[in-house]
Amino acid sequence: MHFGLSEEQNMIVDTVRGFVEKEIYPHENKVEELGYVPQEIADDIKSKVLNMGFYAPNFPEEVGGGGLNHLEFALLERELGRGSMALTHFWGRPQNILMACEGEQIERYLTPAIKGERMDALAMTEPDAGSDIRSMKTFAKKDGSDWIINGTKHFISGAAHADFVIVFIATGEDDTPKGPKKRITCFLVDRGHPGFEIKPGYKSLSHRGYDNMILTFDDCRIPNSQVLGEVDGGFEVMNTWLYATRITVATMSVGRARRVFDYALQYAVDRKQFGQQIGKFQGVSFKLADMITEIDAADWLTLASAWRLDEGLEANREIASAKVYASEVLARVTDEAIQIHGGMGLMNDLPLERFWRDARVERIWDGTSEIQRHIISRDLLRRLGG
Amino acid sequence: MKILVPVKRVIDYNVKVRVKADQSGVELANVKMAMNPFDEIAVEQAIRFKEAGAADEVIAVSIGPDQSQETIRTALAMGADRGIHVQASHDTEPLAIAKILKAIIAKEEPGLVIMGKQSIDDDSNQTGQMLATLTGWPQATFASNVEIKDNVLNIIREVDSGLEHITCPMPAVITVDLRLNEPRYASLPNIMKAKKKPIDQISLDDLGVDASQRLKTLKVEEPPAREAGIMVDSVPLLVEKLKNEAKVI
Repeated sequence: MHFGLSEEQNMIVDTVRGFVEKEIYPHENKVEELGYVPQEIADDIKSKVLNMGFYAPNFPEEVGGGGLNHLEFALLERELGRGSMALTHFWGRPQNILMACEGEQIERYLTPAIKGERMDALAMTEPDAGSDIRSMKTFAKKDGSDWIINGTKHFISGAAHADFVIVFIATGEDDTPKGPKKRITCFLVDRGHPGFEIKPGYKSLSHRGYDNMILTFDDCRIPNSQVLGEVDGGFEVMNTWLYATRITVATMSVGRARRVFDYALQYAVDRKQFGQQIGKFQGVSFKLADMITEIDAADWLTLASAWRLDEGLEANREIASAKVYASEVLARVTDEAIQIHGGMGLMNDLPLERFWRDARVERIWDGTSEIQRHIISRDLLRRLGG
Repeated sequence: MKILVPVKRVIDYNVKVRVKADQSGVELANVKMAMNPFDEIAVEQAIRFKEAGAADEVIAVSIGPDQSQETIRTALAMGADRGIHVQASHDTEPLAIAKILKAIIAKEEPGLVIMGKQSIDDDSNQTGQMLATLTGWPQATFASNVEIKDNVLNIIREVDSGLEHITCPMPAVITVDLRLNEPRYASLPNIMKAKKKPIDQISLDDLGVDASQRLKTLKVEEPPAREAGIMVDSVPLLVEKLKNEAKVI
């Protein structure tokens, strides 16, 4: 067993960390204040990352990507997690699911996404279909060789800047002993396509400037060539390509927790009360000890789950554990960091109140903590016939 | 033309430096290390010369313990072509470094040495000047702009009185200042290639250089903590305080 990183992996970590510190941190307050990322800042980040050959690190080199494995990509995203998501969004990382592109879809979607010419967004959630994805109401009806789509998606991250969306839509229903079960198909839909609109969403507590959008389909006619994967094969492409996205939430939570911890640690040394550094009081020092222990545990759990994917091992339960644990560690660490700072931690002179707000969504998106616990326990119980 | 770029492994500029308990130096254990920022600027300039066709090869050399190879790898990941690592102790003095570099120059015959004006740990600002003296090459220190035209260097130097424009024949030693350029980030393809680029290992014995210490560090201590400022009510009082208390006018 070997826990060290290779020289290349260390350099990837150092490079991404250096970039986030120099190119992301300085813009964070402005984005927080404005509630959006000014276009020139977005363009600057994107062009620098493209020049560095880091824009699509999660894609194989054969299609123009960076060729990182899951572990290396998790290390990269851990460092990105330190920075504002609104800004790091422009560090590319198109959805892996685009690898399912075939024929002319490759030229129209996969290649331009990797080159940074067209940005994508992934759409599943609906007002009445959150964790229960199969209950989606957005429906595509076959009409000759076309599909006619009607319905609404919401909470769609990244859609504000997307040139096209990868959207999961019901295309039929099967009767099963457990009741009717929807068949799902994945479609590629271009921004500006007649009948399709990307509208502003809600104002979220977390990740100001990383907007969630509402997508509406109103008799939107799409040719069959826009189907990604097979008709009615939506769950297959989802399971093949979106399996690992929970690692993103886990590893970015770890990165942010480490940044938050550094604030708490420094304050414990700088702040004096009752004639001594507050870090000398056990009430503070034991908090720090617990925080770093949990962060390290979350880090290793997450990296181990990514490593399992690289090794071709079963990883579903491990990824769920990493997602639920890392996001909950982040919640505790941001909360305790504010406690150590006292009143100052609540003021927006420091970014701690922002980290605390941002941390909240990590336990909800990409499968709530409850869904992850369901996955973990089901995996264990099923083996015993449960 | 080859360009030689000496790179030094120093404490990362973000790290708050602490003095060792025994006052023999600063704490290096478990401290993040990185390439001296001025050396990064030197590497960047050398790579730009190569990209512009003014140089064929960029060689990064580091003198120090085994871990100095990481610093060389960083230079290789930025785009340098190969590295030379000279095994030596961390606190090798500027004169010894200059002698080592002179010996490497004799072997490699570069047309140009581009280096940081100083390293951010010792702030000696001596190695470039010493190297120029030992080799008999011209030196252009504190460069904030450099161009090669018809085999002559056009250089702008940052000096106390302003900006000095000079020309300089080659080969030469250039030491670079902060405003020369903004070093690039290592690219992912170059990071992946860096491992395959060769790093030659050379010992002090191979070079025949005596690197023994000539200076003795007696004690290292923290600078005194800065006292809080005061507000003054009037200009005459300000002048009086500057004259008699601060003693700066």
